[in-house]
Amino acid sequence: MTENTAPVAAKPIPVTVLTGYLGAGKTTLLNRILSESHGKKYAVIVNEFGEIGIDNDLIVESDEEIYEMNNGCVCCTVRGDLIRVVEGLMRRPGRFDGIIVETTGLADPVPVAQTFFMDDDVRAKTELDAVIALVDAKHLPLRLKDSREAEDQIAFADVVLINKTDLVTPEELAIVEDVVRAINPTARIYNTSRSGIDLARVLDQGAFNLERALENDPHFLDHDHEDHVCGPDCGHDHSHDHHGHDHHAHDHDHHDHGHDHKHHDHGHHAHHDAMSPIHDITVKSVSLRGGEMNPDRFFPWIQKITQAEGPNILRLKGIIAFKGDEERYVIQGVHMIVEGDHQRPWKDGEKRESRLVFIGRELDFDKIQKSFMACQAEVAVA
Amino acid sequence: MPTVAPLDIDGHVVAAHFLGDIPIFATAAGTIHRLDGGEKVTDAHHGLLTCIRDPFSATLLSGGEDGRVQRISHDGTVSTISETPRKWISVVAGGPQGAVAWAQGKSSFVKLSDGTVKEVKEERSVEAIAFAPKGLRIAAARYNGVSLHWVGTNSPMQDLDWKGAHTGVTFSPDGRFLVTMMQENALHGWKLDSKSGESRHMRMTGYPAKVKSLSWSVKGKWLASSGAPAAIVWPFSAKDGPMGKAPMELGTRANIMVTQVAFHPLEEVLAIGFIDGMILGVRIADGKEALLRRPGKGAITGMSWSASGKLLAFSSEAGDCGVIDISG
Repeated sequence: MTENTAPVAAKPIPVTVLTGYLGAGKTTLLNRILSESHGKKYAVIVNEFGEIGIDNDLIVESDEEIYEMNNGCVCCTVRGDLIRVVEGLMRRPGRFDGIIVETTGLADPVPVAQTFFMDDDVRAKTELDAVIALVDAKHLPLRLKDSREAEDQIAFADVVLINKTDLVTPEELAIVEDVVRAINPTARIYNTSRSGIDLARVLDQGAFNLERALENDPHFLDHDHEDHVCGPDCGHDHSHDHHGHDHHAHDHDHHDHGHDHKHHDHGHHAHHDAMSPIHDITVKSVSLRGGEMNPDRFFPWIQKITQAEGPNILRLKGIIAFKGDEERYVIQGVHMIVEGDHQRPWKDGEKRESRLVFIGRELDFDKIQKSFMACQAEVAVA
Repeated sequence: MPTVAPLDIDGHVVAAHFLGDIPIFATAAGTIHRLDGGEKVTDAHHGLLTCIRDPFSATLLSGGEDGRVQRISHDGTVSTISETPRKWISVVAGGPQGAVAWAQGKSSFVKLSDGTVKEVKEERSVEAIAFAPKGLRIAAARYNGVSLHWVGTNSPMQDLDWKGAHTGVTFSPDGRFLVTMMQENALHGWKLDSKSGESRHMRMTGYPAKVKSLSWSVKGKWLASSGAPAAIVWPFSAKDGPMGKAPMELGTRANIMVTQVAFHPLEEVLAIGFIDGMILGVRIADGKEALLRRPGKGAITGMSWSASGKLLAFSSEAGDCGVIDISG
């Protein structure tokens, strides 16, 4: 309601959520964001000032306060403290270009993200930009054994920084990369040490913006193979040649990065020994691919599946081709919250297919696959 | 016809109040603007988050990003009541005998006139505090309800539970009812004087948006609220308050949300401020509307009447504030 009644439609302020276990390098990254000269100012919401060595008026300490919405849905949670702080910050928006929310090591990123969808006031003035997860390359296997949060943070992220790569061997790093990719096939992954990442890869990503998510990342949803890991200087959005090739027996379009690309010589977590941290993963994902969809089948289906399975769905993202629709339809979701919109017209020669990725726990992927395929406008007869 | 004396201030203005005949405006940046023979400006905070009229004294109370709680007098004098570096203070309340309360994290603090500070702890963050009209008693709104505490005695606290996040709280002027604003688009109320066994809850729902402004009419017969494209006014004169009764909808506009409500201090007339800056005056008895201010540059963020009820000061999100004279 606010959209059509607010007299001034100011540009929403982007919000970046920074997650990661204690020691993963969040503070180092924050200090870099606050001290490097990139011409932008950030307001930072932290749980504790801790080691942030920067004197900045716009660092706000806030007690994480998770509120369940009183609508009977256990996954509909928001961060009450963020609602309050963001309201205060947004009264003087000229002071900063963006907001960064740093969560505690054990924090569940979902209530943070949902705050930016579920609270009308927050939603009217800000826009969730991306969720960044920092992973300690050395300690990830251990973290996955002793906590679910570490896995949730990776599963929920748009960008994963595998940090402290200088402390592990190439073999260990390869395993960590596989694990991260197995948990989250859609995230962009960068290998870093001392949180050394080009900040343009972390800030202002537009990952939750249906318009931008795909513009910035033409290979959105193409990331689903294990060796798509970028160094800190990788740019996904630079021009690269498409060339379909058969790689590790996966049938997919692979794109050529203009940098040294590590090809690990192993397939889908088949050869790992019994110690492999892959076995500690409880989050799984499914990438669905189908033809043109019938909207009268697809919308009730996505509604039903997110209502029924919402608590188990961490993220969903997709591009849907509807029969007779000249535009691509982009969809994304967090638990029970689903958003969709037309993005742009299909280009000449572009294959009109529908693709959807679910990341979650305890999902019946066979059932999802079958019911998704049944939403097609023309169900293929074998 | 009402006349509007505009006052343009730079930036977001959080509140407008009267101290005596002097209109006072508080900006989010932390400046206090008084119209006292011309515009006088003083600094109260590095970033102001809340500024309320102390119902028990002729002063304002404010809290800010600088961790301070301030008392502001009609002449612009600012005195510091408390300072907690690096904490944002967005909740303050004024009580009897010079008592001041503020919230910080999971605690309410009450400073008495003799300088002693009492800390009252809750299990969850304190979202709002109100003093009861009688006695040194506070209500702290929090997740899943409200806690009532007698300050300065060892009397046990009273828990008023209701699931959900309570973000604002107010006592009725006679102290018989307590009403909270919620994170959900609803109000919740408790009848405080009911005998045991009676239903004490009052659910007030149906709002299309969050309620952010409440105002009791003179003598507390009505409670007006924002959160809809009309002022929603609940009847509280009956023994059981609004239970089983429908509210009135006053000043209805198509899809333009009410952001502030303020009852006249002497008559049953309600000032209604909208998201587009328009202000209506509406008489409860017959619903008759008068345009007090045309739409402006931003949402109305605060409105207060002078004690005589002849002047209405208003503040706006865009800084286009003013004082309306309705006596003309």
